[in-house]
Amino acid sequence: MSAVTSTTQSITLTIDDKAISCRSGETILQVARENNIDIPTLCYLEGLTVWGGCRLCMVEIAASPKLHAACATECTEGMTVRTTSPRLKQYRKMIVEMLFAERNHVCSVCVSNGHCELQNMATKLEIDHVRFPYRFPHLAVDNSHDYMRLDHNRCILCLRCVRVCGEIEGAHTKDVKGRGVLSAIIHDLDEPWGDSQTCTGCGKCVNVCPTGALTHRGTAVGEMTKKTEFLPYLTLMREVKL
Amino acid sequence: MTTTTTATTTRPTVATVWLDGCSGCHMSLMDLDERLITLAGLVDILHSPVVDPKEFPQSVDVTLVEGAVSSEEDLHKANVIRAHSKFVIALGDCAVTGNVPAMRNYWDRSDLFDRAYVENAQEPPTAEERKVILPLTVVPPLRPLATPLHEVIKVDLYLPGCPPPADAIWFVLTEFLAGRVPNAMSVSRFGK
Repeated sequence: MSAVTSTTQSITLTIDDKAISCRSGETILQVARENNIDIPTLCYLEGLTVWGGCRLCMVEIAASPKLHAACATECTEGMTVRTTSPRLKQYRKMIVEMLFAERNHVCSVCVSNGHCELQNMATKLEIDHVRFPYRFPHLAVDNSHDYMRLDHNRCILCLRCVRVCGEIEGAHTKDVKGRGVLSAIIHDLDEPWGDSQTCTGCGKCVNVCPTGALTHRGTAVGEMTKKTEFLPYLTLMREVKL
Repeated sequence: MTTTTTATTTRPTVATVWLDGCSGCHMSLMDLDERLITLAGLVDILHSPVVDPKEFPQSVDVTLVEGAVSSEEDLHKANVIRAHSKFVIALGDCAVTGNVPAMRNYWDRSDLFDRAYVENAQEPPTAEERKVILPLTVVPPLRPLATPLHEVIKVDLYLPGCPPPADAIWFVLTEFLAGRVPNAMSVSRFGK
């Protein structure tokens, strides 16, 4: 989706009262981050295609009654964007609270405790409790792989793992089954991970997972840390090759 | 504390309660160490697992509640706490989120009892024995779900953490005593 073409134009817009110029084809999120304006995200990860699923990056655009996902909206000439407001803050808090209520995120006993993007987001948005009743679903843990584990209890369905598996590794082992609250990450045709014929065991899915849903086996509480720095590099290398 | 009877009426009163939790939050409270002596000079602790009175007092300024609401007794206590406290603080992740005690919620209660009292027994209990060994009489009945405190009563302040660090408890208490409503998320977080 990189729009490096001869028709690239310079665009001027306003983000949070700051006059900014960027290239055409750049998204609001990209331009905001280039200008040190923080917009919270969970499903977005530099190096993967934009998914626009978590809705945390919603921003207000002047003269538009609806909110727009900053990761999936390209900047246009004269655009006026607001990245924070009481309304946006309220929605972002609600989204993260609903993620906590939907599955079982027991931070205190999670391998990713202290290194979790969901946990950090809760702290950042000053979420001190969840106003929605917890669902407490009974979910499985896929322990079938030799050295990796999928714990559906901690999954927020950001689909980073599905995207990195298909787009970067090229295996497309991971996908999604079900709809709505019953959606779940699967391997191949919903088989145990360890039985997958297509999984190369590369472990990229573990490293891009923002929570304790995908982890290395043999990690105890708080021991699981992730590395995502490799992604923009791998993506760049693929583009160079093409 | 008993000698300062005149001050008792003017000093803020504090209670702490231990519902379905591991007592770790109270251990963290104990970790205030020498600050406990300072605290004893600032407030009257009327009710707590670490002081004598068994009945919850008629009126308390601030009550810190550790633990999820898991049994009918917990629910009863929560209602008593709310009725007799001006300000209720959910202390720690069990009170705030349900945390570990709520991990039983993924299963039905009868399956839980079977797992704990039947499947793991050395000899499979007879039908007669089952009536006695399952915790269905004498002890408070388990509610269908262990829930955070705010799902059953109004909570005025949330202090997450497993347990909240002693410094966080100190910050919240001293801010409260100074007449301010503290921002607990500046000193703790879920799972801390």
